Amino acid sequence: MDRQLSTRAKVGWALGGLAILVYALFPVAWIVSLSLKAPSDLSNQQFLPTRFSLENYREIFTGNASELFLSALRNSVGICLIATFISVVLAMFAAYAIARLEFPGKRLILSTALAVAIFPVISIVTPLFNLWRQIGLYDTWPGLIIPYLSLTLPISIWTLSAFFREIPWEMEQAAQVDGATNWQAFRKVIVPLAAPGVFTTAIISFFIAWNDFVYGISLTSTERARPVPAALAFFTGSSQFELPTGAISAAAVIVTIPVVVLILLFQRRIVAGLTNGAVKG
Amino acid sequence: MSSTTLAPGEQERARTASGRRPGLTDRAKAERRLGWMLAGPAFAVMLLVTAYPILQAVYESLFDFRLTDPDNRSFTGLTNYWVILTDWIWWRSLLVTLLITVVTVAVELVLGFGLALVMHRALTTLRPIIRTAILIPYAIITVVSAFAWQYAFALDTGFVNPWLNLGAFNWFGSFSPSIVVICLSEIWKTTPFISLLLLAGLAQVSEDLQEAAKVDGATWWERLRKVTIPNMKAAIMVALLFRTLDAFRVFDNIFIMTNGANGTESVSFLAYRQTISRLEIGLGSAVSVLLFLCVVLISALFIKGFKVDLSQARGEK
Amino acid sequence: MSEIKLEHLVKKYGDGFAAVNDVSLDIRDGEFMILVGPSGCGKSTLLRMVVGLEDITSGDLHINGERVNDKAPRDRNLAMVFQNYALYPHLSVYENIAFPLRLQRSRHPEPEIDEMVRRAAGLLELEEHLERKPANLSGGQRQRVAMGRALVRDADAFLFDEPLSNLDAKLRGQMRTEIARIQRRLGTTTIYVTHDQTEAMTLGDRVAVLRRGILQQCASPRELYEQPVNLFVAGFIGSPPMNFLPGRVEGDVLHLPIGDVPLPEAARAAATGHDLLIAGIRPELFEDASVLDRSRQAGGVLVDLDIDVTEWLGNELYAYVPYEPDPAVRAKLDELDRDLDGEGMRTQLVVSLDAQSRVRDGDRARLWFDPARMHLFDPESGVTLTRDEEVAARLDAENEDLRQGSLERARRAADRAVPA
Repeated sequence: MDRQLSTRAKVGWALGGLAILVYALFPVAWIVSLSLKAPSDLSNQQFLPTRFSLENYREIFTGNASELFLSALRNSVGICLIATFISVVLAMFAAYAIARLEFPGKRLILSTALAVAIFPVISIVTPLFNLWRQIGLYDTWPGLIIPYLSLTLPISIWTLSAFFREIPWEMEQAAQVDGATNWQAFRKVIVPLAAPGVFTTAIISFFIAWNDFVYGISLTSTERARPVPAALAFFTGSSQFELPTGAISAAAVIVTIPVVVLILLFQRRIVAGLTNGAVKG
Repeated sequence: MSSTTLAPGEQERARTASGRRPGLTDRAKAERRLGWMLAGPAFAVMLLVTAYPILQAVYESLFDFRLTDPDNRSFTGLTNYWVILTDWIWWRSLLVTLLITVVTVAVELVLGFGLALVMHRALTTLRPIIRTAILIPYAIITVVSAFAWQYAFALDTGFVNPWLNLGAFNWFGSFSPSIVVICLSEIWKTTPFISLLLLAGLAQVSEDLQEAAKVDGATWWERLRKVTIPNMKAAIMVALLFRTLDAFRVFDNIFIMTNGANGTESVSFLAYRQTISRLEIGLGSAVSVLLFLCVVLISALFIKGFKVDLSQARGEK
Repeated sequence: MSEIKLEHLVKKYGDGFAAVNDVSLDIRDGEFMILVGPSGCGKSTLLRMVVGLEDITSGDLHINGERVNDKAPRDRNLAMVFQNYALYPHLSVYENIAFPLRLQRSRHPEPEIDEMVRRAAGLLELEEHLERKPANLSGGQRQRVAMGRALVRDADAFLFDEPLSNLDAKLRGQMRTEIARIQRRLGTTTIYVTHDQTEAMTLGDRVAVLRRGILQQCASPRELYEQPVNLFVAGFIGSPPMNFLPGRVEGDVLHLPIGDVPLPEAARAAATGHDLLIAGIRPELFEDASVLDRSRQAGGVLVDLDIDVTEWLGNELYAYVPYEPDPAVRAKLDELDRDLDGEGMRTQLVVSLDAQSRVRDGDRARLWFDPARMHLFDPESGVTLTRDEEVAARLDAENEDLRQGSLERARRAADRAVPA
């Protein structure tokens, strides 16, 4: 009796898991399917293409939309990597201090990070729009990197502090007794222990910068600095009568690929990074 | 009664356990200095990219200032606020924002809890797969999600109408269906984050408690309501706070799907339109400041009203 | 070959609290020294001062005649086993053990490292686990890896900081024997911190008892047991602990709550000038009169007591007899109880009887004990009045002879093992 119930329960939970898979992947499958439709097929009003074609990808990589898309891709990758790097480096120092040292103002820093994280982006973008125009940062890489820090820095500080708090710092002492210099203790013991946390934080930061739309669309005007999400909104069809749907879908698939790759490789760490600070504090 | 002898003992243990040596004033001072030297730059950058712009916005909101007409900039005090607060457009956008916030957060909380329960109970072999799948909506670009949902419901490219036998129903032709699709996209993208937070909360409820409740004769539902949920209240409240504030900033989906048509404009969108499209810096700044005040108000409500312990919380989008 | 000399070591924190207060110890070459005391007595702090993880506020620390106060931990050439083992989680068991070797400035060639790691692993029976990560090991295995890391290098001394406190009782017993065996075999000077008096008694060549940062007595286990210097040491050493009974002196008779006892010859001089004393009688001094040989009864006294609870353990039987303590010494005994990490439970006499005894809960039993082996303490200062310095010195000398003998044997055995 009990066994039967538990098998039934198992099947139930497995079905639930399947439902989650469908839930999570269905819209992604749809946009992939859409991107593989030939232009004539786009309006077939069906989920799957009747005729497969790579026409849309050709359009964004070599065709009319390529100028718009490739420059946007370059901007997005460059700006997001730089913003992520800066915020992770700054956050690393801050999180080390918060996790390891005793000084007044710890809570202030964490609360500030929290406040910045919940800050409405639009409230920042309005004054920046004006200021950037005056000082020439409008439509430049630094003009986006700086505001991106408001997105990536707070989360980096929180995530890293949570990770660093879990590092067994007494290992440093053990290493010293074992004959290590301060520097050796740091490099051989602390760095290997801290590296996964730093890496995970960088991934989460990157996701957030990669996702930005408000700054991208407000603080740029040309291909010089416009990132992909903003550029997608400016796609037009190759002719007046043709919809940009195909090109947009293909571009959307392309920018989703790095995200999916990172998730596939590091899903475990990303989940830990997203939740361990939130619950344990 | 044993306080006199225990206190030094505990002090010693605390000291040796952390390896720190408090009280050595020079050392403590040096530690403070080092702490601020390390954390200072990050702190300064955070202030610079938020506190400065918001102060600037407050300042600019007091002027009548159009970028197309910079010579006629003039101080008008609170006139901009008066103009906004007496205009139906502001109130409508606020209501739309609140509607989207309430609907999405409510649905996400229930759905997210369901997902968390499934993930919590799922077979260990399935768990990594589910976890991977669920991270995809979380990490996908909001704009991409918006396009995917828009195309699915669009008249020309969409498969939803034929599937639901709705003929030529235009989802983006009027207010209600537009909001439905906008909410769907929001919910799809952000539920995973809530569910991961709730999953972490679930994992903190000890299995012993569940078993004790089982022995005490509680049904599955009673265990959920009386044991599980009360014990993960902190996680729920934190998830709720962050999602509420996040939903309140809704912008990307509206921009892509309706561009504010049919009265689907949110507060963020209104601020964007005033500043960036119409170059009404003064008015736009005032909307931004109002939006900021709304966020502060919501946070205060949560923290005071629901007693959310922010030390448990973490900045997260 | 190394000697560690602690001279008037003091550790004071900024708030003036002295965790270690003027401790002097002379740890001889090859000796197994135990630092023992209840939590908060400063024993761990003292060990960390020796290894260099805590600054020394004042006093001198000499290793092999050299003052090392200002040397960094890595320059002191001591190996330490931490309470929570401090294994590097990102390194395999092999690499954990090899870690100190790889750090040494006179770099060992790789084959030599391998040989040393494997020898240490063999000594600790860790050969099969060398490739595993610490997270996948049981508590006992982790403990052995921590020891492996300590003894792989040719350290001048081993320091242990409560190494067995995270293990369950059975494993603790096994590891205790293991540590003793390895220390005897290697003959390395060892300082071992514990709060467990059984570990202290079984492992130590000598045991230093600390209380609130102050060294109470440093002596062989036998001397601590038989000739404790004060109430604290007497109460700390021995399990079940010594019974402390208030006693009023009237001529040659001592009135105890359990009955009147004639003051033994040797104690009379000590008792003079005191109306009130604290008598210390170890539980194992009592015998059940009904199973005791008639011939032995002559030397002792008989008392009739109401037994409250009994516990039969197979090899012996514990019986508990509650009593009301004299209010005049109550404060002193309460303070002692707190110092010994007691819970302030009821005052009761514990007696350990022969397992043959048929005493049961609620019986009125006739017990026998020999007052000559009773300790008497000054109720004010807690000093042992019956301590015999001569006997103590003899015990100490005996102990040192025995230690030297076994060390010699171990070293001869090691010498024989090397050429073969």
